[in-house]
Amino acid sequence: MTRRLVLAGVILGLLLPQALMAADLIGDAEKGEVIYRRCSGCHEVGAGADNGIGPELNGIFGRAAASEKHGYAYSKGLKRMGADGLIWEFATLDAYIENPKALVSGTRMNFPGLKNPQDRADVLAYLRSFSDMPQNIPESSPTAFAPEVTLPPEVLAIVGDRDYGEYLASECLTCHQTDGDNDGIPAIIGWPTEDFVIAMHAYKRQIRPHPVMQMMATRLSDEEIAAVAAYFATLQ
Amino acid sequence: MTLNRRAFIGAGLATSALLAAPTVWAQAKPRVVVIGGGAGGATAARYLAKDSKGALDVTLVEANPIYTTCFFSNLYLGGFRAFESLQHGYDGIAAGGVTVINAMATGVDRAARTVTLAGGEVLAYDRLVLSPGIDFKDGSVPGWSADAAEIMPHAYKAGPQTQLLKAQIAAMPQGGTFAMIAPPNPYRCPPGPYERISMVAHVLKTSNPTAKILLIDPKDKYSKQALFEEGWERHYPGMIERVGPEFGGDKVEVRPATMEIVVDGTVQKVDVCNVIPGQMAGKIAGIAGVTDDKGWAPVHADSMKSKMDANVFILGDASAQGDMPKSGYSANSQAKVAVMAIRGELTGSKVFPAKYSNTCWSLIAPDDGVKVGAAYEPTPEKIASTSNFISKPGEDAALRKQTYEESIGWYAGITSDMFG
Ligand SMILES: Cc1cc2nc3c(=O)[nH]c(=O)nc-3n(C[C@H](O)[C@H](O)[C@H](O)COP(=O)(O)OP(=O)(O)OC[C@H]3O[C@@H](n4cnc5c(N)ncnc54)[C@H](O)[C@@H]3O)c2cc1C
Ligand code: HEC
Ligand code: HEC
Repeated sequence: MTRRLVLAGVILGLLLPQALMAADLIGDAEKGEVIYRRCSGCHEVGAGADNGIGPELNGIFGRAAASEKHGYAYSKGLKRMGADGLIWEFATLDAYIENPKALVSGTRMNFPGLKNPQDRADVLAYLRSFSDMPQNIPESSPTAFAPEVTLPPEVLAIVGDRDYGEYLASECLTCHQTDGDNDGIPAIIGWPTEDFVIAMHAYKRQIRPHPVMQMMATRLSDEEIAAVAAYFATLQ
Repeated sequence: MTLNRRAFIGAGLATSALLAAPTVWAQAKPRVVVIGGGAGGATAARYLAKDSKGALDVTLVEANPIYTTCFFSNLYLGGFRAFESLQHGYDGIAAGGVTVINAMATGVDRAARTVTLAGGEVLAYDRLVLSPGIDFKDGSVPGWSADAAEIMPHAYKAGPQTQLLKAQIAAMPQGGTFAMIAPPNPYRCPPGPYERISMVAHVLKTSNPTAKILLIDPKDKYSKQALFEEGWERHYPGMIERVGPEFGGDKVEVRPATMEIVVDGTVQKVDVCNVIPGQMAGKIAGIAGVTDDKGWAPVHADSMKSKMDANVFILGDASAQGDMPKSGYSANSQAKVAVMAIRGELTGSKVFPAKYSNTCWSLIAPDDGVKVGAAYEPTPEKIASTSNFISKPGEDAALRKQTYEESIGWYAGITSDMFG
């Protein structure tokens, strides 16, 4: 196997949320009801559900992000995603509850995430029972990847050729400012490399909806994403 | 340590400086002269100096001490931006190690590799970057000439012309007529004229609601047409009339002395007439002899290098490169590829495959922004589009508002990328 292939495997295997890799687990709604207790401190679901710390989750499948009907005050980050066209379905929900901040930067959902894919599938099966969409049929999953090698994340910093990263990054600087100002386009400097890579892959896999960023990310190979991430991580 | 070119030059300098005249200094570093400090040239000069970390001697020749962006000049017409917010100086570029000369370049001698300035000075170069933007084609709109621009402004090079047009719109009599003569292809900023129509309509809607807007257009179709037409219908119903080529939009004459326009033989009196003539590469490209019979400068798609001279690179509006629209974004994107190629040739730095992109935002009405964009890659023939996107008719208000906000972010981004 060439170095490039190994590295691609490392990046995908190590850093992508599981949701971006395989989303074809079948959930068990009964088990999910138990897991849902991790959510219920903040969320209500079912008849008469109201907004609490978090929005009510009735009919969440097929609902646009940040579009709850009773006037919940969403964060700017989630509202942006909603305006971009993010729809809650299996793959997007799975990514969000695995690592809320990786899917939606600046979301106010302070929840560390459910790392176990089966737990996520179960809790989503439970939530689906409060949605109109047919139960327990996962939407078509994004392309599945088999994780290959596991290496420590520091490897990434070495992988990213800084010169190449700098050249690739120059394309980003037409919109994203090096001093980190946000005048309508978010700042991307000083992010942890891992979050950056995840965000870029979420655009590449079309899980984050924004068309400009989908185009930008789609033309970058996994190695190139690592190189850009490594470069931006060095800007403060 | 391997002896790279830079270290070698440094060593050469140290010894020869002891022996010889200071001219050795001037020749020791490869010299790059950039003509035009706009979207392409400012980016190129700044990145050449920044990325070569002192290994190149970079000179920027720009006619004006202050650059006024065409981008967002329509928003100034619409009352969304102050004029000053469009203006940028060259201090940041100079601070980055570029020698900035405010002068008009009047001559290029490609055999001697020199540029002559209006004052008579001569600059020698190893590589020349031309990013002079556009000039107007004589006779493109019968009756109009550069002299008539004081009466019928083009406002297609931003500056006093833009201010004049805004003042004329403000002075229109109630129920008067604003006319635009739109340009034939190719021209800078394909959606520009139509964004301008939107902004003029926005102003007139409150200040002069019975006014009419007449858009005389030689083209069958134009950029983001469906989006503009939908927006005009929604925000400015009945106000805008477009006369396309099927009704003589391509056979128009203007009479500045009497403020008349003649469309396919019919004479009409108007109150403001914005003439955007046919365009060609900025004149210095023609003087340098790197343009083709259509008036644009053909370049190689992988580097923006002139097809006529390996020491010359042409960026932005002036270049004929393929699928990229003539936009500030494109010019900025092309500059980065050219800088990499030039550095590679002169300092031996790594050269990576060229990637280009473009996005053009347009504002149709307050908080109603749309965008169109594409990614590009070089092929042997041209810069070719590989993927693209465009806003859709009927998008909801939140998305349109966000798109407008993004465009403000883009303006801040590209101007800080150009000027430091
Ligand atoms: C109304 C309008 C709206 C626009 N909106 C957008 C937009 O929203 N987004 C976008 O991306 N683009 C937009 N554009 C297009 C954009 O302005 C141009 O495509 C871009 O400026 C091209 O960059 P350039 O470097 O080729 O030329 P320019 O930016 O025009 O720069 C050329 C510079 O060269 C100088 N120069 C020329 N000849 C000489 C000489 N002989 N000696 C010395 N100096 C010289 C000029 O003074 C000028 O400063 C718009 C244009 C217009 C007219
Ligand atoms: C500590 C409180 C908290 C916990 C625990 C929590 N959430 Fe949230 N959740 C929030 C908040 C706050 C928001 C709104 C986020 C924003 O506006 O950015 C939210 C938003 C959401 C949304 C988006 C809803 C919409 O209308 O767009 C979903 C889906 C969601 N949570 C699911 C879950 C699930 C499933 C769990 C349990 C696995 C969970 N949350 C646990 C606080 C919480
Ligand atoms: C044409 C303008 C433009 C260019 C060029 C661009 N971006 Fe973006 N970027 C945006 C916009 C707009 C957003 C917000 C998207 C959204 O709502 O999801 C964004 C979001 C992002 C985010 C997520 C930020 C967050 O807070 O969630 C990252 C990471 C990112 N971009 C990286 C890049 C990289 C890397 C490049 C270059 C390869 C790049 N961008 C080029 C406009 C751009």
